[in-house]
Amino acid sequence: MNKGSFEVKVGLAEMLKGGVIMDVTTPEQAKIAEDAGAVAVMALERIPADIRAHGGIARMSSPKVIKAIQDTVSIPVMAKCRIGHFAEAQILESLEVDFIDESEVLTPADEENHIWKHDFKVPFVCGCRDLGEALRRIGEGAAMIRTKGEAGSGNVVEAVRHMRRVQQEIRGLTVLRDDELMAAAKKLGAPFEIVKEVARSGKLPVPNFAAGGIATPADAALMMQLGAESVFVGSGIFKSEDPSARAQAIVMATTYYNDAKKLAEISMDLKEAMEGLDIASIPEEERLAKRGW
Amino acid sequence: MYDKMTIGVLGLQGAFSKHLAMLRNLNVNTILIRYPDELEKCDGLIFPGGESTTMCKLIDEMNIRSRIEKFDRPIFGTCAGAILLSTDAGDSRVQTFGKVPIKTRRNAWGRQLESFISDVRLSFDPEPFKAVFIRAPKLSDPEKDVKILGTLNDEIVLVQYQNIILTTFHPELTDDTRIHEYFVKLVEENK
Repeated sequence: MNKGSFEVKVGLAEMLKGGVIMDVTTPEQAKIAEDAGAVAVMALERIPADIRAHGGIARMSSPKVIKAIQDTVSIPVMAKCRIGHFAEAQILESLEVDFIDESEVLTPADEENHIWKHDFKVPFVCGCRDLGEALRRIGEGAAMIRTKGEAGSGNVVEAVRHMRRVQQEIRGLTVLRDDELMAAAKKLGAPFEIVKEVARSGKLPVPNFAAGGIATPADAALMMQLGAESVFVGSGIFKSEDPSARAQAIVMATTYYNDAKKLAEISMDLKEAMEGLDIASIPEEERLAKRGW
Repeated sequence: MYDKMTIGVLGLQGAFSKHLAMLRNLNVNTILIRYPDELEKCDGLIFPGGESTTMCKLIDEMNIRSRIEKFDRPIFGTCAGAILLSTDAGDSRVQTFGKVPIKTRRNAWGRQLESFISDVRLSFDPEPFKAVFIRAPKLSDPEKDVKILGTLNDEIVLVQYQNIILTTFHPELTDDTRIHEYFVKLVEENK
């Protein structure tokens, strides 16, 4: 019996497609997310908007919080570790979380190296801003890629930028001759074998999800139309005035992302979305997307 | 080759695009099903894997439930799809269709760390099938008309009941088309 292989890891990512993964901080929130139709929850001590407001060092959640959420819901439970903090990842694996997010939302533990994810049996998801970053993470063993966006901002602009960049760079590779791929790999700073595979298939070798700033059903639909295969919603749900209704609406929008009438209907009775931040108002050094390389 | 047949794949959530790709490889016309009326156009229907709680929610939101209840053409359910087609998932969060008289238990192998790949034995082909199990359910208590077509040690992993087949694993995640071909033949015979 073969457990923990790359194929098995990507298999779970495949099952999460067309769905919404929601950040939750308590078993009660996890229940709301599951009832609303979330495909998975991300167990956190604080959602990104509060991490941003709180400042200080953001670390892996307490195992107690994760365990309580695992005991409450039947859908997959994910948790975040700091970039490069493989000891946190080992602890999360021992708790049997279903996916680990090596996340820029937490304070990085290593400014040069990310975790060697092939060493783990649990699958990892990592953020990216461009194709090179996505392929470096896949080279290290990530079984799912997501845009970084700008977490906790309630502003989808960075997620759009990152998704468009990844898609444009993929399209760019598909038109190259074989003898141009090595130079392309050098320019992307990405492993050659994976660059070759992307050039041939025209897509990432693992599912490609959107995250960072998604706050409304329309935001989810936008990301899906831009090529995302699922969406992560962090602060957007539990920072809004009507978490349960909004969570359900975003689930619907992720399936019916091409149906504007349906999107209008599901957006009709929602209350205020989270307030959100202009990216220009966030000082450079406080931008989470800049963490990692 | 199968140009007079259309198989629908329920496209609410999950691994539907992998099933579509598999069917296209077999030269079958496909449609992605997201609205109740689209079911009319299908000679057969695939219920993909994904999260059964999410699919249940969308089925009810979109008023697809009664249409699926009435659908009497062949159906193929994988993983979460198999759960939804069984009589009882032992979980109040998941309202099943009860189309196959067998019980399912969600995530019965354990969490993702217990997901695995293993050869399963097929009753209709001597060559084993390399099967991918992802947070897979277990099947139990089949009634006597349920034919067991696949086993892994003592576990039932592939069954047929009338014109419906269920797998607890994901043939769409491999390159092996045998189970999809089996289903396509079932659709052809039922036309």
